[in-house]
Amino acid sequence: MIEWFTYAQVGIAVAAGLLCVVLGLLGRPPQDLTMGAALLVEVLLIVQLIVSLAAPAFGNNPTGSLLEFYLYLVSAILLLPLAGVWALTERNRWSTVILGAACLAIAIMVYRMNEIWIVELA
Amino acid sequence: MVTNSSSRAVGVGRLLIAVYGILALGATARSFVQIVERFDEAPLAYTLSAVSAIVYIAATVALIAPGRAWYLVAWVTICFELTGVLVVGTLSITHPELFAHASVWSLFGAGYLFVPLVIPMLGLVWLYVRRPSAVQPAAPASATQ
Repeated sequence: MIEWFTYAQVGIAVAAGLLCVVLGLLGRPPQDLTMGAALLVEVLLIVQLIVSLAAPAFGNNPTGSLLEFYLYLVSAILLLPLAGVWALTERNRWSTVILGAACLAIAIMVYRMNEIWIVELA
Repeated sequence: MVTNSSSRAVGVGRLLIAVYGILALGATARSFVQIVERFDEAPLAYTLSAVSAIVYIAATVALIAPGRAWYLVAWVTICFELTGVLVVGTLSITHPELFAHASVWSLFGAGYLFVPLVIPMLGLVWLYVRRPSAVQPAAPASATQ
């Protein structure tokens, strides 16, 4: 894991989450802006997966449980597609709020992954 | 808009179900890690984690699935969760030695931003609002908000 990238990722996920929750509560169904924000969060997770897979080859090893780390990462990657399908089968303001809730959950998961990688001792 | 066969997976109920799903996923993954890596350290807390994870999954399914039987299952599982978080939350403060290792319900779910405390209450309110006797005649009018 690269620390600055991870913090940027948490920040973007929080921002995307708040954006979707607020616009959703204002009554907006999913639009390009909110769908795009969620898509960005998902793309960053894929980048994080590639970075994490490559990191040990460059001497950047996790200090905590690798099993726990990858369970978080895989769950986070699956979360938005699942929440997205669920949200968009009934398309209204709550679809947008659901996308936001998923982004906020992902922010927490990435933060926790960071703790596992750089703080905890296995 | 009401094309869904379930009377509970509509409107804001979908948000409730989504949060339940996320909680079920989180609790299941975490309990899996705890049991695989260090079950012997805290059998009570980790068994509890596994049970709560299964109940969260059951509640999510019961909220989505239509019909009176699932409605009953939703009541039972959500009441179980609320009891669990209240009992374990209280015990984790009065008898911390029992819960040296975290479970979803320790400290009233503080590790999960108190979502495990709040969501069963909202769930029970939602079940009451969408009770079968109340929604049959009024479903098309109230579901699209």
